[in-house]
Amino acid sequence: MPTVKITIDGTQIEADNKRTIIEVAREHGIKIPHFCWHPKLSVSGNCRMCLVEIEKMPKLAIACSTQVADGMVVHTKNERVVHARNAVMEFLLINHPLDCPICDEAGECKLQDYTYKYSTGYSRFDEDKVHKPKRIQLGPHVMFDAERCILCSRCVRFCDEIAGVHQLQFIQRGDHTELTTFPGEKLDNPYSMNVVDICPVGALTNADFRFKARVWEMSFTDTICQGCARGCNIEVGVRNNETLRLTPRRNDDVNGYWMCDHGRLDTFKFVNAENRIKAPMIRKDGVLVEVGWDEAIARVASELKSFKKSEVAALGSPFATNEDNHIFQRFVKEVLGTKNVDFVRHIVEGDEDNILLRSDKTPNSIGAAEVGVAPVEGGMSFDAIIEGIHEGKIKALYALEDDVAAVPGVAEVLPKLEFFAVHAANENSTTRYADVVLAAATFAEKNGTMVNFQRRVQRLRPAVTTLELDRAMDGFEMSRWDKFAAHNDKWGKGPRRDARASWKIVASIAAAMGTKFKYNSADEVFNEIAQRVESFKGLSYLKVGKKGAPLKAKAMAPVHA
Amino acid sequence: MNSERSTIIRKKDLSLWERMYIPEIVKGMKLTIRQMFAPTFTTQYPDERFQPPASFRGRPVLVEENGVERCVACGLCSRVCPALAIEVQAGETELGKERYPEKFEINMIRCIFCGFCEEVCPEEAIIMSQEYELAFTKPQDALFGKDKLVVPIEKVQTRLNFLRANR
Repeated sequence: MPTVKITIDGTQIEADNKRTIIEVAREHGIKIPHFCWHPKLSVSGNCRMCLVEIEKMPKLAIACSTQVADGMVVHTKNERVVHARNAVMEFLLINHPLDCPICDEAGECKLQDYTYKYSTGYSRFDEDKVHKPKRIQLGPHVMFDAERCILCSRCVRFCDEIAGVHQLQFIQRGDHTELTTFPGEKLDNPYSMNVVDICPVGALTNADFRFKARVWEMSFTDTICQGCARGCNIEVGVRNNETLRLTPRRNDDVNGYWMCDHGRLDTFKFVNAENRIKAPMIRKDGVLVEVGWDEAIARVASELKSFKKSEVAALGSPFATNEDNHIFQRFVKEVLGTKNVDFVRHIVEGDEDNILLRSDKTPNSIGAAEVGVAPVEGGMSFDAIIEGIHEGKIKALYALEDDVAAVPGVAEVLPKLEFFAVHAANENSTTRYADVVLAAATFAEKNGTMVNFQRRVQRLRPAVTTLELDRAMDGFEMSRWDKFAAHNDKWGKGPRRDARASWKIVASIAAAMGTKFKYNSADEVFNEIAQRVESFKGLSYLKVGKKGAPLKAKAMAPVHA
Repeated sequence: MNSERSTIIRKKDLSLWERMYIPEIVKGMKLTIRQMFAPTFTTQYPDERFQPPASFRGRPVLVEENGVERCVACGLCSRVCPALAIEVQAGETELGKERYPEKFEINMIRCIFCGFCEEVCPEEAIIMSQEYELAFTKPQDALFGKDKLVVPIEKVQTRLNFLRANR
């Protein structure tokens, strides 16, 4: 790798000569404004925003496509560059409508930000702007406004290069240029909504999130997508205690800048759904009735005690965190003393690609197995447990949050159980058979960790408050409304459910059965996992951080990206 | 200890003239009687009502033009409000403006009549009216929804003219 020495704004930098000025500058914290350049896309060089002065070159050059060379002296902030940027901004704004009040991008708009930073603040353009179609549905999830488009071609390049489908293209010339789909095509690839994130203006917007909230009204919490075993790093947008939007968060080891449409749309709505389990419930005369936590826990404890050890089975969950599964398997093995413990795998063979999507549709199947949710020697696996219920050998079942009854052949045998307790966040086919439903906190309501298919431990952080949590006291991300709402204000609060993290529920049941698990918080549970489980050795929440940390590799488990 | 610092301002003993009282009372009565016949400044509310000038900042209202509110629910008033009195929820409309306030609520207990919402509004949609009669018996009554906030443009024309003139 031949290195060259260059000077950017007086700073001497050594860099690989294959790289461009904008990349080198970015790595050294020098910001060069840009619209069309994106670190994961090819260089297009059409927006002209990244113009910089290079000594001994007659004209300004664009930083995104100029390779560094030995002895190069670059100026990114001098008068000539600033003047050129002002001119570029003025041209870009000539045909850009003053739509900011109705535009969903406002508040996170590159054009808006750069207008404040790099433009003169007034326009000399008195003529009529070019009018183009607005409110076009480009695909099932993406809305397009042609007037707002600054023709940077990021979306076109994303579809071609990342999603691998040619769906978008420009037509016409000059200021009549317009983005459109190819005839008969729709922008409907499984990654289509990433164009919304990379669009530097509000031309492409999220149809699902359309007009739901302004970005500055939401709090954003770093967490992990629940859609599949990839575990894309995401941000959850919450306003009024309701999850409204998921956006990808950069992590080059896992998902780059992207996430799929399934993850973005289908993995958060259950948090606010009407059918949320709002409090623990007990079946009385065939109907589930809301009761207090003490009553529900006492009932589960007394019922589980009344069966023989071999008659009880337990199911962990690949949707629950490592902390939940760890406490659960300890409870099952140490308190219940049963050997019949397993969890259900949800693998859809063939439903994966080489971009992000994985065939394992659960976020934490590796973690659940790793912390020890597996049959003890001589115990029953999942299939054997179902067979056991059918034969009447298993009379009581205790399961973490997973819709077990949706697995083919399970719903038929569940009525044979004498006692069935399940953790659930929403009403589903499993809760219909349950004697006790324990209201479980969703991924957006608890601290925890999950292990993705690369055996990488990643953190979940709470974004939505339950009754037992408080935004300010429990270290949540807070929006302005969350910070300043008074106790008697109705807004800024939103619905709160009486749900608890599964590990807390299990620990309470253990306490009711006479064994105390003493943990105050999820990170104490994690520290115990780090002590007891070989592959977690040396890890802590601090080490996992925002970007995750790899588990110690096992010889058997292949790591593939 | 600090006797040197304290000084007696009022003389203990009144003068003879002062001790007579009567002349002073007469002086006072003269003023009183003169005031009885002087022109009055009191407004006989509620029979008479004060008509504020156009610069007056009464309760904020939403301007209705051609049967629809001008507001596009951009949320800037809500953001700028120092008292966090305004709550806006946007919705989509078939009209050209695309966006309208599905819900627009001002908590009049919180409102401090600063007029920032009016100043920040890009559509001249929320303005300070001349209405000042705001009394509630219940906190819930102080939550003004769109039903109370939206007023026809004719009723607020003076304020709009004032704003145009002083932009």
